[in-house]
Amino acid sequence: MQTKRTIFRSRGLPYLLLAPQLAITIIFFLWPAGQAVWQSFLREDAFGLKTSFVGLANYTRLFHSPDYLNAMQVTLVFAVSTAALAMILSLLLAVAVDRLIRASRWYTTLLVWPYAVAPAVAGILWWFIFNPTIGIMPYVLASVGISWNHLLDKGDAMLLVIVAAAWKQVSYNFLFFVAGLQSIPASLREAAAIDGAGPVKRFFTITLPLLSPTTFFLLVVNVVYTLFDTFPVIDATTEGGPAQATNTLVYKVYMDGFVGLDLGSSAAQSVVLMAIVISLTVVQFRFVERRVTY
Amino acid sequence: MIRTLSFSALALAASLGAAQAQTEIQWWHAMGGELGTKLEEIVAGYNASQSDYKVVPTYKGSYTETMTAAIAAFRAGEQPAVVQVFEVGTGTMMAAEGAVYPVYQLMEDMGEDFDQSAFLPAVVGYYTDTDGNMLSMPFNSSTPILYYNKDVFEKAGLDPDAAPKTWGELEDFSNKIMESGAANCGFTTGWISWVQLENLSAWHNQPIGTLENGFGGLGTELTVNGPVQAKHWENLAKWQQDGLFQYGGPGGGADSAPKFYAQECAMYMNSSASRAGVVANAQDFEVGYGMLPYYDDVDGAPQNSIIGGATLWVLQGHPEEEYKGVADFFTYLSSAEVQADWHQFSGYLPITQAAYDLGREQGYYEANPGTDIGIRQITLNAPTENSKGLRFGNYVQIRNVIDEEFQRLLSGEVDAQGALDSLVERGNALIRDFEAANG
Repeated sequence: MQTKRTIFRSRGLPYLLLAPQLAITIIFFLWPAGQAVWQSFLREDAFGLKTSFVGLANYTRLFHSPDYLNAMQVTLVFAVSTAALAMILSLLLAVAVDRLIRASRWYTTLLVWPYAVAPAVAGILWWFIFNPTIGIMPYVLASVGISWNHLLDKGDAMLLVIVAAAWKQVSYNFLFFVAGLQSIPASLREAAAIDGAGPVKRFFTITLPLLSPTTFFLLVVNVVYTLFDTFPVIDATTEGGPAQATNTLVYKVYMDGFVGLDLGSSAAQSVVLMAIVISLTVVQFRFVERRVTY
Repeated sequence: MIRTLSFSALALAASLGAAQAQTEIQWWHAMGGELGTKLEEIVAGYNASQSDYKVVPTYKGSYTETMTAAIAAFRAGEQPAVVQVFEVGTGTMMAAEGAVYPVYQLMEDMGEDFDQSAFLPAVVGYYTDTDGNMLSMPFNSSTPILYYNKDVFEKAGLDPDAAPKTWGELEDFSNKIMESGAANCGFTTGWISWVQLENLSAWHNQPIGTLENGFGGLGTELTVNGPVQAKHWENLAKWQQDGLFQYGGPGGGADSAPKFYAQECAMYMNSSASRAGVVANAQDFEVGYGMLPYYDDVDGAPQNSIIGGATLWVLQGHPEEEYKGVADFFTYLSSAEVQADWHQFSGYLPITQAAYDLGREQGYYEANPGTDIGIRQITLNAPTENSKGLRFGNYVQIRNVIDEEFQRLLSGEVDAQGALDSLVERGNALIRDFEAANG
């Protein structure tokens, strides 16, 4: 790998240029993260009147809590399904739009639309559509003999949050896939076509490998999205229910910290979450990226 | 008038420490919509009635949001003087000695005329310490009652003027309603936790927890897995299977009201403060009112129901003039006129006997049937240790546990006894956490 070296005349200038970014990182990331780590070793009442150092007690309590282990499982199912659904669906749509010549701009605009909808608003829309009492979908489903009640059925609830969260992310993925597809030279595919490769063969041997940088980037973004940004969707549709069936790790941090006012446990959970994301990102960059052709 | 002064003059006066300035009192509350407008009207009435203090109400969102905002503000030293906290937050507020200023103490310290016996015991009992001292000022308290659809009752061949008194009757009525096709479902309910567990226990004089339902100390434990509660939850699960009962969702049970309004379900249990909403939405049918049903084979039932709603807590850390103002404002708030007005407008219970008497003198209860069901129900018998209220730490989370276990019951994952046992076990763990953090 080639690296470019820029030579600065004075030693202070590079640090000065880095300073603003470093300051932002320290103030908005390292400082609060450090506070969370410190808080996770404390046991405190809600008002902060009685504080005691408890070492790793918050963590041991966490890993002995069936609710927390359940939240991990829920998060795994939710994250994998949402990321997979959002990426596969958007790739299909992007390929379809890429083949169009005239109306592609229209389709692109329409498909990107959901991204402009605020997550909380999107959540409310899904809540309305699927509400077991007043929603239109349960009514339609009932007429074909399917009973829908995500207030009681864990599977229904999980399906609802996956679909709602993926719907929100399809637009974003779609945009990147379209851009990625358009940057693949048509000549490559034409050459393969002349050599007798069919559309499916062309897609899997030429388009997909050349699209891998985009796919990899989206994989990272989608995983982070499902872990953190899906909070509003869950809050507006199921609130983690029924019986914790959709209580993901990040939603549990909120419920325990901001509703339950158990700051020690909530801080410990956010530290665990931070560790998960850091290790996932490292794994992705170290191992998955090797298989990416730039 | 100050308003006629120019802004710069006002700023100058302020910088000189104007002696005439009013003392501002911050009040954070959780009353949105029409209730919020009414609250602001009451505050405006107070501000106009005197010139020393100015109460500034601020809407902070839901009950949970208001409470967490006030606690976060306290940690940052920016707390309001008065905050409205819902009843399940009582345990948390009470344990925060040094953060809250007990109301009885405040009134005494400020030399305010304050007679605790003027308040309705069934209301203030929920908010007193073990010596009977009032810790917070009740503002909006309600209790669950039964609403029913008179038109559907008539169609089903039932007497439209007789609400079911017992759960046996309720089951019987529901069956008749469904068989006759008058409605698709017998009944629904808001607040599973509050109505179908806490109030069910109090109404049948069954303990919710040890140590006087938690009033006696942090070492309390839940005891809601008794035979009466288990039987009731078993029935609810069975009735849900048979379609007699429809579930309205966790928490407040947001889906239950539309089921009643749309005449899907003939009966509906929820807060007495839901009355205004019920009347406004029940456009095509006439509404009847009744007390909560009870099991007639349980000794001591019906006892009395318990309240829900919110009270005003005073927070420490403000100068004395402000507390003088708070004491003065509380006296205004609990006056019979203000109380009767708020009670009649909102459906919340009056907090003093005088406000109730005033309503009777005005003939309000005769002109508006159903408005006194709640108050008759909480005063039906003198509250016992089991029906005074409840006080547990981490109760916001325990309420969620109740919803979760009920959902597990309805989805057939566990039976009633199993759900309640698991509820007690998980709830006790939360109470122990709270004890460890506050003990």
